[in-house]
Amino acid sequence: MDKLLLIIKREYLAKVRNKSFIVLTILSPILIVGMIALVVFLTQVNSDEKNLIAVLDESPFFANQFISGPEVSYIDLKNISLQEAKDSVASMGLYGLLHIPDESSIDEVSSEITFYSKKSPSMGVLGVLESKIQKRIREEKLEELGVSANQISNIGSSFQLRTSTYSGHTSLKGINEIKAAIGGGFGYLIMMFIIIYGAFVMRSVIEEKTSRIIEVIISSVKPFQLMLGKIIGTSLAGITQFIIWIISAGFLSVLVFYFMGIKVDLFSNGPNLDENTVRAIKEASESSETIQLYVNELMTFPWVTLFISFLLYFTLGYLIYSSIYAAIGAAVDNETDTQQFMFPVIMPLMLAIYVGFFSVFENPNGPIAVAFSLIPLTSPIVMLMRLPSGIGGDGVPWWQLITSVVLLILTFFLIVSFAAKIYRVGILMYGKKPTYKEIFKWLRYK
Amino acid sequence: MSNLLVAEHVSKSFGDHTALDDVSIEIPKGTIFGLLGPNGAGKTTLIRIINQITYPDTGAVYFDGKPLMPEHIRNIGYLPEERGLYKSMKVGEQAMYLAQLKGLSKAEAKAALTYWFDRLDIGDWWNKKVQELSKGMAQKIQFVVTVLHKPNLLIFDEPFSGFDPINANLIKDEILHLRENGATVIFSTHRMESVEELCDHIALINRSKKILDGNLADIKRNYKNNTFEVGLLTSDKDGLQKELAQRFQTETAHFKSLEDEVKLRIKLPEGQHSNDLLQYLSSRATVSHFVEVIPSANEIFIEKVGKN
Repeated sequence: MDKLLLIIKREYLAKVRNKSFIVLTILSPILIVGMIALVVFLTQVNSDEKNLIAVLDESPFFANQFISGPEVSYIDLKNISLQEAKDSVASMGLYGLLHIPDESSIDEVSSEITFYSKKSPSMGVLGVLESKIQKRIREEKLEELGVSANQISNIGSSFQLRTSTYSGHTSLKGINEIKAAIGGGFGYLIMMFIIIYGAFVMRSVIEEKTSRIIEVIISSVKPFQLMLGKIIGTSLAGITQFIIWIISAGFLSVLVFYFMGIKVDLFSNGPNLDENTVRAIKEASESSETIQLYVNELMTFPWVTLFISFLLYFTLGYLIYSSIYAAIGAAVDNETDTQQFMFPVIMPLMLAIYVGFFSVFENPNGPIAVAFSLIPLTSPIVMLMRLPSGIGGDGVPWWQLITSVVLLILTFFLIVSFAAKIYRVGILMYGKKPTYKEIFKWLRYK
Repeated sequence: MSNLLVAEHVSKSFGDHTALDDVSIEIPKGTIFGLLGPNGAGKTTLIRIINQITYPDTGAVYFDGKPLMPEHIRNIGYLPEERGLYKSMKVGEQAMYLAQLKGLSKAEAKAALTYWFDRLDIGDWWNKKVQELSKGMAQKIQFVVTVLHKPNLLIFDEPFSGFDPINANLIKDEILHLRENGATVIFSTHRMESVEELCDHIALINRSKKILDGNLADIKRNYKNNTFEVGLLTSDKDGLQKELAQRFQTETAHFKSLEDEVKLRIKLPEGQHSNDLLQYLSSRATVSHFVEVIPSANEIFIEKVGKN
C-alpha cells in the first residue's frame, strides 16, 4: 500500500513537472479563449459594416417600405433609368441595386423585381429584402380582398403554443435538449479524458521500457502495483489539468469579454431571425416567471444520482481503458508500433459517441440506446447520456442501470487482469514487435 | 556451511520455449557465486525467478531456509543487465524513490544515500538530472541503488559493462568489501577474467540446463591434466625438442621470456609427478621456467559449452 502511494506520487509529480505538460496547461486556455475572442471580434467588425443598397422603385406599391435597419441601409433613387442606376451604383461601390419595375398589378411587379450586385449577394441581405417584399405583397393582396390596414396590423400577432403536463405544471420547451446536452457533455468529457490521459499512461509505460528502468522497479514492486499506480497518478495529474483549465478559461473569458465590451446578447440576436422570433425569445428570457420554471425544472433533475453515476462510470470506464492503454504500452518498444492496437480501442468510444448523438437524444429509451448502455465498453458514455431523464418512472429503468453497472464491474475485473498479464510479460520483452497472436500467448504464461 | 539460496529442480518455459530445465543450485552464505553461460542460456530467467519477477513452473526456491516470499524482496539487491534510470528525474530524488520502494523509510534512505554518495564521492550529483550524467556516472548511481538497503543477497548481472577500468576496479573493490561484511553475491557475466578474480563458486548453464557447478578451485583441480609449461636453455634446441617429443606428449608453448629458449607444454602420463619431470629436465638443460598448467575459467567455459 505504501509502495502504491509512492508510485502514485512519483507518477503525479513526473507528469505535472513535465515541461510540455506545464506549457499545455497554461497555453490551452489562453489559446482557446483567444480564439473565441478573435471570432467574436471579427463577427462584431463584420456586422458593424452596414450594407448599402440602392432602391430604384418605379411602382406605386413599395413606397416607404425600405427603412434602414441594423444590417442594411437603403438609398432611394428617383427618376433615372435602370441602366443609369446600375452604372452609378457600381461606381459608388454600393452593395447592390434593387429594381422594382412599374407594372399594373402587384403580382406582375413582384415577378419582375430584380436584385443587381457585383458578387452573389449574401443570404442575410437577401432574406431581409425577401421578407420585406413578401410582407408587402401579402398586405396588398389582403387590401384587395377588402381588409383594412388597421385590421392587418391586428392579425399580425405572434402565437406561442402553451404546453402543460397532465398534472397541470407548465411544461417547458427545450428542456429535453438541455437534458441531452448535459448527458452529452458528460459522455464527451469521459471520451476526451480517456483518449488524452490513456495515451499519457501508454507513453509513460513506453518510457519506462525504453529507459530500461523497468526491471529495477519490478524487482521491488509487483507489476500490477506499478500499473495501477501509474494509471492513478496520471489521472490525478489529468484531473489537476482539467480543473486548472476550467478555472483559468472561465476567469480569462470574463476578463476578455469585459475588456472587449462584448455584450452577451450579441449571440442570441442572430442576424437572420425574423422579428417575431426575436421578440418571442426576448419575452421568454426576460420573463422571470419562465426563468423560474426552467430553474425549477433543473432542480428536479436527478443531480445526485447523475453525479454519483458519473463518478462511477467515469472511474470504471477510465480504469478499463487506461489499463488497455498500459498493456499496449508494455507490449511495444516505441510509440510507432502502437498504431495497430489503437483502432480497436478508439472504435467503441467513437461508436458510443455517435450512438449517443444520433440515437439516444432522439429516443433515450429506444432499443439501440438500451443495448449500447448495457454493453460494457460503450456504457460509460451512452448510459450517462440517458441518465439526465431520470431513473425509474419514464426515465431509465432501475434494472437497466443495475445490469449495466454490474456488467461494467465484471468487465473491469476481466480486462484489468488480462491487461495486467500482458503488462507483466510485455515490460520485460525487448526488441520484439508483437502481434495479436503473440500477445494472446502471453495471457497463458504463468 | 549453510546456504543462503537454494533452487531445487527449477523449470520454466514460455510457450514452446524452455528457458530453464530442472536447474538446481546452492549458493553458500558469504560467497561470490558466478552464474555463467552463453547468451540465451537461461541465466536471466533464473535471476528473475530469484527476484520473484517471474515464477517457476515447477521446482522451488528457498531463501535462508524458507520458501521464497514477497517479503524477501527487501533482502535482495538486483542490478539487471538491462538497466536504466528515469531520465528527467533528479539523481537524489530518484535514488530516494527507489530506496523507499525497497522498503526503507525516508530517514533510512536518506542516511544510506548520504553514506554511499560520500563513499563514492558523488555527493554533488544529488540535484543533477540523470540525462546530464554520462553512462558511467549513471551506472554508479544504479550500483548505489542496488546495495543501498543492505541486502543479504546481491545479484549483479554484467556489473562492469559501461565502466572505465578505474571505475570497474572501484566497483570490484566495493563488491569484495560487501562480501567481507557478510553479503552473498550472485555474479553473472561473460567476462571470465573477473570470474577468475572474484568468484568462489560457479554454476555453468547452457541451453537451459546446468552443466557444471561447484567450488571454482575444485573445478579447476578436476580440469587440470598433469600438464606443465617449461622453458629450457640449451645449445642444441632441435635435438632437445626431438628427444622430449619422443619421451612425452608435447606441444609448443607460448609465453613471454627474456631468453631465447625451448618453450614446450609437456603432458605427463598418469602416475608421474612434477618432480620426476623436473629432475629429468634439469639433467638435460637449464630450466628457466616451470609452471603447472591450470585451466582458466575461460578454457573450461569454452570446452564445456563448445562440447554441448
